[in-house]
Amino acid sequence: MSCKSNRNGERRMSVKSRRIGLNGDTAVAYAAKQANVDVISAYPITPQTIMVEKLAEYVNNGELDAVFIPVESEHTALSAAVGASLAGARVFTATASQGLALMYEILWIAAGLRTTVVMALGNRAFSPNINIHCSHDDLYAVRDTGWIELIAENVQEAYDLTLQAFKISEDKKVLFPSTISLDGFILTHSLEALYVIDDAYVENFLPPKDPVYPIDPNNPITYGPLDLQDYYIEHKKLQDYHFENSYPRILEIFQEYSEFTGRTYKPIKTYGLDDAEVAIMILGSSAGTARFVAKKLREKGQKVGVISLTLYRPFPVDKIKEATKGLKALAIMDRSLSFGSPGAQLYMDVASALVNEREKPLLFNVIYGLGGRDLTPDQVEYVFKKAQEYAKEGEVKELKLWVGVRE
Amino acid sequence: MGSIYLTNKKNVWCPGCGNFAILNALIKALERLNLKPESVVLVSGIGCHGRINQYVNVNSIHVIHGRVLPVATGIKISNNRLTVIGHAGDGDAYAIGLGHLPHAARRNVDLTYIIHNNMIFGLTTGQVTPTTPKGMRTRSTPYGNIENPLNPLLLALVSGATFVARGFAGDIKHLIYLFEEGIKHKGFAFIDVLQPCVTFYNTYSYFRERVYRLEETDYDYTSFKKAIAKATEWGERIPIGIFYKIRRETFEEQLFQLKDKPLVQQEIRINLEKVYKILS
Ligand SMILES: Cc1ncc(C[n+]2csc(CCOP(=O)(O)OP(=O)(O)O)c2C)c(N)n1
Ligand SMILES: [Mg+2]
Repeated sequence: MSCKSNRNGERRMSVKSRRIGLNGDTAVAYAAKQANVDVISAYPITPQTIMVEKLAEYVNNGELDAVFIPVESEHTALSAAVGASLAGARVFTATASQGLALMYEILWIAAGLRTTVVMALGNRAFSPNINIHCSHDDLYAVRDTGWIELIAENVQEAYDLTLQAFKISEDKKVLFPSTISLDGFILTHSLEALYVIDDAYVENFLPPKDPVYPIDPNNPITYGPLDLQDYYIEHKKLQDYHFENSYPRILEIFQEYSEFTGRTYKPIKTYGLDDAEVAIMILGSSAGTARFVAKKLREKGQKVGVISLTLYRPFPVDKIKEATKGLKALAIMDRSLSFGSPGAQLYMDVASALVNEREKPLLFNVIYGLGGRDLTPDQVEYVFKKAQEYAKEGEVKELKLWVGVRE
Repeated sequence: MGSIYLTNKKNVWCPGCGNFAILNALIKALERLNLKPESVVLVSGIGCHGRINQYVNVNSIHVIHGRVLPVATGIKISNNRLTVIGHAGDGDAYAIGLGHLPHAARRNVDLTYIIHNNMIFGLTTGQVTPTTPKGMRTRSTPYGNIENPLNPLLLALVSGATFVARGFAGDIKHLIYLFEEGIKHKGFAFIDVLQPCVTFYNTYSYFRERVYRLEETDYDYTSFKKAIAKATEWGERIPIGIFYKIRRETFEEQLFQLKDKPLVQQEIRINLEKVYKILS
């Protein structure tokens, strides 16, 4: 079908789309197939496994002209992806939790060597104790390593962001690998109706990869050689500079995709912030729950709002400053822990983003949902109440709250 | 069943799973050896097999995927009076954790390493592993596996394992014997168990038609050359039993630090007074 306008009625779609039902994992695999990847290297891990199986099927039934390598570990999965990307291929991999932890040293290599690997994460808690359900430990473990990090709130976004990730990573002004995070089970295994672009139109947005300095036997170069006190710091400064400069380009690509499909992509999403006095900031699928509660409270006249992030790295500092202006209190909700730190990861990110602002809300950290524990509307309402209480008293009584935990 | 080695935890393996035979054989072997439950440590990996640690009433630790051997080695060296038994899947032992096998074998730490080799990733629902036969269709090789399988017995042998055996989950009597011998063996005992997975790769009848016990032939397990030759026999007839067994000094036996007693029972011989003096 072809849509005349998006939900906000802003623009005409320039592409043909179809509405089909997929779960998060198959939606990501579908997008990777449409991106016409050349190499997939992956090791199965719940809740990502379906992506890998689906892609193996596409390759084997001839729908996708790619090589699927069923490697022997995640360390190998990402190493092979790095090699393939440097050789000029469009590469996809996927993992979760312990698999991501095992990839840790290669995460830095993939970014530092400016590969364009795209990796999906079915967010899952770290061991111990062993758990296969959602925490954001894995997505936070990537945050320092130099990858672009995109976060989906629903299956449609998981699909859309996967296509955009290839475009972003391979852009000449970016050239960094990307991850797309989707909450384990909540999104990876939930069937949703979504719009997928007709195959014929995908290439209009995402042309084939045009590699920069690929491995070339006629013009041999060395990747990642010894780099000591004499130059290492300059190279890292350069990497940091380029990573920061990828931000405006990512915003342009979001804009381009929004125009292309009629579905709006921005680094952050805000709800009710025009007049909100207190707000919640949250990542992933729980943002929907938070907005649901905020809507109910707003109908009762309470000035509450919600902020969620689609882009986590590079961290959209300017947008966060702008969005939090005028708020009296902000609850930052983390589905993870950072033991011994002033707060969990998103809290630390936001606190440092706002530290030099003259006017800023009171901040506090809420820990929720570890290992797949549901976040209920009641709990969200409680968090809003706490934020209102702190706003009224002008003071944060308890910096770290836990919700949904047995005492 | 009422063994002191069994917990009353509800078992969640599929009915008919080869893991039941491995569990029952282990319980019987522990009974025969009359080991105190508190003197045994079971280290298990991640996969269906890894659940075994909840069913055996001994000390146990569920490690991360592939790391049974390093954790077991650490435990044994810290307290070499413990009986340490590792349980790993073929994914665990031959894919993600393969790197540890040759080193444990050449090091010859006194451990028993039991591989639940169902030739498939069971827990993640049926993908290819390094022992999946060529051509086999799995969830990650829907049109047939194109890779050659690994020969784990050969690898253990050439790496220097001092006890190398293969069992079959369809022959529990024999399995009890192998586990008992493996646990008694001083040194690194490697036991690969052909374990049918009734859900993703049911090999009961395939193996039942083919396996034969080495113990019922005149095979001599002290010859390395013969062991190598035997380990390559795979096809119409598949040998099970002890392929190789020799006595070589274990890693721990060579550690002078362990001559008198285990590390954990030794006093920390640091003269703190002296240290403080230096620091102050
Ligand atoms: C680092 C890491 N990667 C992947 C996984 C996901 N995973 C859990 S069990 C398993 C495979 C299990 O296969 P196997 O070791 O053969 O045990 P089985 O289930 O067949 O007994 C995998 C890949 C994990 N837990 N950790
Ligand atoms: Mg297995």
